[in-house]
Amino acid sequence: MMEKMNFQSKNQASKLSAGTKWVGKWNKNPYRIIRTLGSGATGVVYLVETRSGQRAVKIGENKMSLTSEINVLKHFSKVRGNVLGPSLLDVDDIEIRGEMYPFFCMEYLKGEPLLDFAKKRGTEWVPVFIVQLLGDLDRLHQEGWVFGDLKPENLIITGPPSRVRWFDVGGTTKQGRAIKEYTEFYDRGYWGLGDRKAEPSYDLFSTAMIFIQTAYPHRFKKPADAGSDNLELLRRYISHSPPLLPYKKILIHALKGKYTDAQLMKKELMEAIDNRTAPKKTVEKQSRSVQPKRHRKKTKSKKYKEPQSFRTELILTASFLFLSSVLYFMGQWM
Amino acid sequence: MNAGKIKQILLLTDGCSNQGEDPAAVAAFANEKGITVNVIGILEHESNRGKGMKEVENIAASGGGVSQLVYASQLSQTVQMVTKQAMTQTLQGVVHGELRQILGEEREMEDLPPDKRGEVMEVVDDLGETVNLEVLILVDTSASMKPKLPMVQEALSDLSISLNSRTGNNNFALFLFPGKRKDTEKVLDWTPKINSLTDTFHRLTTGGVTPTGPALKSALYHFEKRRGKRSLIDDGEDEFPIEESGF
Repeated sequence: MMEKMNFQSKNQASKLSAGTKWVGKWNKNPYRIIRTLGSGATGVVYLVETRSGQRAVKIGENKMSLTSEINVLKHFSKVRGNVLGPSLLDVDDIEIRGEMYPFFCMEYLKGEPLLDFAKKRGTEWVPVFIVQLLGDLDRLHQEGWVFGDLKPENLIITGPPSRVRWFDVGGTTKQGRAIKEYTEFYDRGYWGLGDRKAEPSYDLFSTAMIFIQTAYPHRFKKPADAGSDNLELLRRYISHSPPLLPYKKILIHALKGKYTDAQLMKKELMEAIDNRTAPKKTVEKQSRSVQPKRHRKKTKSKKYKEPQSFRTELILTASFLFLSSVLYFMGQWM
Repeated sequence: MNAGKIKQILLLTDGCSNQGEDPAAVAAFANEKGITVNVIGILEHESNRGKGMKEVENIAASGGGVSQLVYASQLSQTVQMVTKQAMTQTLQGVVHGELRQILGEEREMEDLPPDKRGEVMEVVDDLGETVNLEVLILVDTSASMKPKLPMVQEALSDLSISLNSRTGNNNFALFLFPGKRKDTEKVLDWTPKINSLTDTFHRLTTGGVTPTGPALKSALYHFEKRRGKRSLIDDGEDEFPIEESGF
């Protein structure tokens, strides 16, 4: 029965077409729909025009569906700086064909989905976004929450400057409770690698799975055999992917639930990124060690700096010449 | 706040009952006794969305519970979702009832301003986390269900993971029907965790008839028996208000 009702009302809320106007029942704020942005588990999100510009509005599919999410957003807006989620601007009801539906209005995050971005701009972005994400998670965890339903669909890259942001905080759960909402692929319970208690390590597992998925855009499944070693399977997926391999130790650590806080995982990931971008340095070191011992350090470093400073000088001179010639021609033109 | 107790029967089946009384009638009776009946209809392919699936909806509707049709591959997530949803529904019902007593008959939740509604929902959330839950799982093992049983098994241990991540206590019991000699067979009596079901489902002989009605009845009886035993040992336990709301 209830399912049926949900289904019907979902249709109602997702049917609103561009140009639809309404005024909130309680707060009397006017809205006009520009287009549909997407639909989540609990409702449909629209881009709307308000008195203060473009905003996003989520309309719930039944009477109670949005209340959890609104409660979470409200808690977030009390946190200083309001960095934990999109800021909540209005909470009200809308009447659609005689029925009341709840809705809320939030900041409109304009950007590109994580996976699309990584495909277009290169996998070297992924570890950077994961570092950003871990920073945000750490702050969220310190406020006593766990995100829960962390997945690429809930992440967006805003910018420039490119920055990962999350939205759809409907699954956000107080620490120590049972996770409210999850998606199997990113859920440690599904992989048999833990329970569904809201603790920081739950989010870190999902983060590791998101990282893995950037290399395997089609979610793979666990083997049907109940006795299979899923950790071993994930380990193999990581080993077979060159972009993931440098981070294998960190990923496995997160999958095993060994990181108790996001800060530590972030630190180790940053170190791993450093090591990856280091190969030039190691080559330099090696060539240095070949040098005879009696040479002094100072002279060595000077020697190796030379070619670089020479290049910089050349570039500076060239750009100066170019700039002055442009100015000269401009002068001629006038 | 003292957490109460919620009682549910979870029926997993793939089609029509063909023996004994109307399962919807038994479900309605269970509902009167404060036991919610949830039904998950397991679909083969698009083909059998027929009469059997209508019955699934009817049983859950009479039993005051939630029903969902699903393919065997999506069973895990559905089972835990239906159980939680039914729990929230029951709790909302209780909280609504209390509110109506305070606010007067005519007032519904949606008449409250969004702020107050949020506060009520937080109470429901809190209760859902801490309430004690008893789920009697009733699995149809008629011949057509045989290939789906590994999925059922997985879904049940997944349910156990989900519910045991809560603060409140859980108790599970597992019944299969048809049983070897009787309508139903008890394979697991009340226990806080569903583990090691592997053997149970492997040595199973699947039968031809589907006595859904009688099976629901023995599930109901099993709840009563527990209650009877309990009240001899320990009278003063706080029961949840929904249980008195029957009759």
